[in-house]
Amino acid sequence: MLEMTYSQAINAALREEMRRDGTVYILGEDVGVFGGCFGVTVGLIDEFGAQRVMDTPISETAIMGSAVGAAAAGLRPVPEIMFVDFMAVCLDEFFNQAAKMRYMFGGKARVPVTLRTVCGAGVGAAAQHSQSLEAWFTHMPGVKVVMPSTPADAKGLLAASIRDDNPVIFIEHKVLYGLSGPVPEGEYTIPLGKADIKRPGGDVTVVATSMMLHKALAAAQTLAGEGIEAEVIDPRTLSPLDKDTILESVAKTGRLVVVHEAVKTGGFGGEIAAIVAEEGFDYLDAPIKRVGAPFTPVPFSPPLEAAYIPDENKIIAAVKELL
Amino acid sequence: MALTKEEMMEMYQRMLLIREFEDSVANVFSQGQIPGFVHLYVGEEAVAVGVCSNLSDQDYIASTHRGHGHGIARGASVDKMMAEIFGKIDGYCKGKGGSMHIADVELGFLGANGIVGAGLPLAAGAAFANKYLNNNGVAVCFFGDAASNRATFHEALNLSSIWKLPVVFVCENNMYGISMSQERHQNITDVADRATAYGIPGLTVDGNDLMAVYEASSEAVKRARAGEGPTLIECKTYRHRGHFEGDACVYRSEDELNQWKKKCPIKRFAARLLEMGLAGQDELDKINEQVKEQIKSALEFARQSPLPDITELTKDVYCD
Repeated sequence: MLEMTYSQAINAALREEMRRDGTVYILGEDVGVFGGCFGVTVGLIDEFGAQRVMDTPISETAIMGSAVGAAAAGLRPVPEIMFVDFMAVCLDEFFNQAAKMRYMFGGKARVPVTLRTVCGAGVGAAAQHSQSLEAWFTHMPGVKVVMPSTPADAKGLLAASIRDDNPVIFIEHKVLYGLSGPVPEGEYTIPLGKADIKRPGGDVTVVATSMMLHKALAAAQTLAGEGIEAEVIDPRTLSPLDKDTILESVAKTGRLVVVHEAVKTGGFGGEIAAIVAEEGFDYLDAPIKRVGAPFTPVPFSPPLEAAYIPDENKIIAAVKELL
Repeated sequence: MALTKEEMMEMYQRMLLIREFEDSVANVFSQGQIPGFVHLYVGEEAVAVGVCSNLSDQDYIASTHRGHGHGIARGASVDKMMAEIFGKIDGYCKGKGGSMHIADVELGFLGANGIVGAGLPLAAGAAFANKYLNNNGVAVCFFGDAASNRATFHEALNLSSIWKLPVVFVCENNMYGISMSQERHQNITDVADRATAYGIPGLTVDGNDLMAVYEASSEAVKRARAGEGPTLIECKTYRHRGHFEGDACVYRSEDELNQWKKKCPIKRFAARLLEMGLAGQDELDKINEQVKEQIKSALEFARQSPLPDITELTKDVYCD
């Protein structure tokens, strides 16, 4: 095992995939000379040149749209949209073009685009640079939605996403970039659609995504001190979702808390709760709890932002309400 | 390089094939035989045929919601196109796309498109792929005058110009965005003027003159293949039908329509062929008969093709 940050792990996956496959190229705002707004693509232009690590104008529509056209014409683009919030500027290219081509063309198109973007609050970036919008994309057939929480997952999932023949949105979390963790040596992939049990336990199932996985693990640690064993599951990919792992866990624990940073209203937690209510109602010994952000834009001022982001205490409180 | 007689006759045949295809679609649509809505290309045939006659196998086109003419000009099978419009399993998209989404990536046809202006960045991307793969291919994007007001137009032209992509942007200025006349939707007369903003050549041609379109696009395609970047060509033309079938066309006059019908690109080219002595009237009539037979048989093919099985509903959402 190597020790690597989340950011370095993503960089390593990009590097290895570009070495492996000459049709993989990167494009986006400031991804080349500058190395990416968060430094994720740093150094790639030195190895692969400006023909494969392409700085674009601030033109999200052209970044996304040209990537879709290039993918349909035989390349494997990895566009970067600097913040997931900016997807609003190129949703047509993602929703109506990338997501629909294969179906609308009767199964004859292949659109292997891996869109990398960044979600999450916690750095004082306020309402237009801090959102968690994954639910938008999970509602869209034809695309896959990936949200890695650890360096090792980020590397293996990104390699798998780039090799996948479908449009994938790969949502990184800006607060996780500096997080270090063990990463297996050499190339590897993690299949899309396979959840990971990050901590086993028998008393309650906690499903948590992205940054919230770490809050859930911290909460589980505290709960363990009180004799409550939480099983913490990271779905890793929201579409396709590994519902079997979640249902099996709930069958064992009888209790479910779903945690995400996005606002609770209309969030993906509702989908997980509904699946368990529909297919695992008999396993439940208590109502399902959702922990998410309040129904408000992300605020700027530090105490407000801190209150916005779900924390360990809220997760612990939710678990205790079920016991 | 001058066109041979065979090439010119083929271009004439292609324009007629589009016209006959569209007239037939109008007819079956009015009889309630096809679902959805259709936007016909009648009157604009010279643009698609003039441009596509310059293309080779490795090239791509991206089209509009008015895409039947582009598909036929690119060489698509009228049988499979018609079946698609009927929502049948033997259609290009197994009946999942319909009139507005007919596509065949293998043929270099990136699809008609239900979103106005969506093809522009897609074509830029296909052009990028051709450049990246160094296969000498180009991409052509057809779009309307109204699409030139969209952000996609600006971003695609700007990106293509700084990256010198092998792409040709062909504006089919048919003078209307649905009901809104060009003079109401933009404060310029020539869309080609916008090329100046991107530092690329822009020119306006008579879109009802097949040879004018052919020559202008031939130059642009050569420029693109030579690595000199994109060109914006504006073809002034007119749609004889409404925006969609069933459009009462309250926004334009009968007189205007009749003036344009006199400038029909097919009649004009036929007159030219006769004048140049390349063909006699009997030869043109024969082509006309053949085209009618071809479309009759396409309609038959479409009618005979089964509707998709319900199991198709959730297939093709993802690659396996």
